[in-house]
Amino acid sequence: MTDHIAKAYDSDILTLKTMLAEMGGLAEEQLNNAITALSKRDVVLADQVISRDDKLDKLEREIEEKAILTIAKRQPVALDLREIMVAIRVSSDIERIGDLAKNTAKRTHAISEALPRRLATGLARMGSMAQAQLKNVLDAYGLKDIDKAMQVWRADEDLDSLYNSIFRELLTYMMEDPRNISLCTHLLFGAKNLERIGDHTTNIAENIHYLIHGKTIGEGRPKNDVTSMMTAEVK
Amino acid sequence: MDQLNPMTETPMLTKPRIMANREVRISARKVDIYYGEKHAIKGLSVEIPDRAVSAFIGPSGCGKSTFLRAINRMNDTIPGCRMTGEVLLDNKSIYAADVDVVQLRSHVGMVFQKPNPFPKSIFENVAYGPRIHGLAKNKTDLEEMVVASLKKAGLFEEVKDRLHASGTGLSGGQQQRLCIARAIAVNPEVILMDEPCSALDPIATARIEELIDELRQNYCIIIVTHSMQQAARVSQLTAFFHLGTLVETGDTDEMFTNPRDKRTQDYITGRFG
Ligand SMILES: Nc1ncnc2c1ncn2[C@@H]1O[C@H](COP(=O)(O)OP(=O)(O)OP(=O)(O)O)[C@@H](O)[C@H]1O
Ligand SMILES: [Mg+2]
Repeated sequence: MTDHIAKAYDSDILTLKTMLAEMGGLAEEQLNNAITALSKRDVVLADQVISRDDKLDKLEREIEEKAILTIAKRQPVALDLREIMVAIRVSSDIERIGDLAKNTAKRTHAISEALPRRLATGLARMGSMAQAQLKNVLDAYGLKDIDKAMQVWRADEDLDSLYNSIFRELLTYMMEDPRNISLCTHLLFGAKNLERIGDHTTNIAENIHYLIHGKTIGEGRPKNDVTSMMTAEVK
Repeated sequence: MDQLNPMTETPMLTKPRIMANREVRISARKVDIYYGEKHAIKGLSVEIPDRAVSAFIGPSGCGKSTFLRAINRMNDTIPGCRMTGEVLLDNKSIYAADVDVVQLRSHVGMVFQKPNPFPKSIFENVAYGPRIHGLAKNKTDLEEMVVASLKKAGLFEEVKDRLHASGTGLSGGQQQRLCIARAIAVNPEVILMDEPCSALDPIATARIEELIDELRQNYCIIIVTHSMQQAARVSQLTAFFHLGTLVETGDTDEMFTNPRDKRTQDYITGRFG
């Protein structure tokens, strides 16, 4: 895109992009650390994640203020308007992702013993999938890469499927021995957080679509979360 | 190359939604306008809907005023100015030999950038049109017309006690509304406005915009404006002019959120073309 006649306008938008890039990088780091903390039961790392969440909240507020000021000063239209609106929305998705990462990290304190192997593998897979989704969607946003954004959008289905199987597994453990319930509930929340993070990455992907095409995505996203209908079968 | 509308030869990726439930009041077909050697309008075709506000936008010198003047034949009096192509009002050519230009201008009124009331009373400014067109049966009839027009222009309350004071003694915003009252006094179907708010402050501008919004229920309005925000606020259809050509016409909502042509995007977002 060519530059604005008013150079200060370009720098307003550039500042917003830089702030978002910083926010995105921080959220990725938070998520990675939360997952590591949980899987290694590293409470120190977990606490670090929890205390750094403030920074994301602060960045979100700053982005919102900058965006509002830019709207007031420049009355943006067309691409510029979409750019600013999308920046506000993406920053709010990133902020939510940060909250979910923090919440995942918090679970570390409640887990006192090593996880059963299968569960640990399943959760690790979900974690790396959520990390990949977040990284890819932030890259797609930075590069305005619509294909990459659409890949993220579609791949959320896999994250949902994985969540379903972990959900099932946790139910089984709880059925087997009620002493597992406390641990499994925490893990269930952890898995749910990762699944929700996936949903926020698809929101971001949808916003990239809007940013580039000026239209929202028409078709509904393939949804694979069926846990709301799952029950434990009592034998 | 974009697909062309066979009737008007304007690019027609999608027909503006506003055209779906509006009659076409004005249509231009392959209009070229020259000032001597200068080719000011190049093969312009467009359809303007009734009961709606259409905004003409584009960089200075792109031909907006020239084309606007072609719609009520005001270019006729400019020496060296000639035109080819057709401009139709309700499907009849306004350049046909049997068209009476004075009559035409009572159908197609014009409001200018600088308010230009006659140096006469407020009453006389508005009464002038109906009088020369013989629209009033008698004095009371004429008075009613003047009052009605002033009311429609949103000015009556402010001037009802001084109808016989001079029109030039009003504030800029009031003068502009007086000119609008004068334009609508002859019952036009079309009102052309060439940057009607550029000499007004934000409050007077808001008043005129409010008025335009009311008038569009009953009139076909075309407004030339340099304010993108004004075009976005008051119009339903936006036409973007560039170097004497019409680049694109579309629903205003879409033009300001997602214009199709890069030149339009560059212009409305304030970028180098
Ligand atoms: N009377 C005239 N004689 C010669 N050239 C003219 C005349 N009027 C306009 N032009 C030229 O025709 C072109 C279109 O002018 P026009 O006034 O229609 O532009 P515009 O889009 O209304 O510009 P602005 O936004 O500055 O009012 C310009 O290049 C202008 O110099
Ligand atoms: Mg002009």
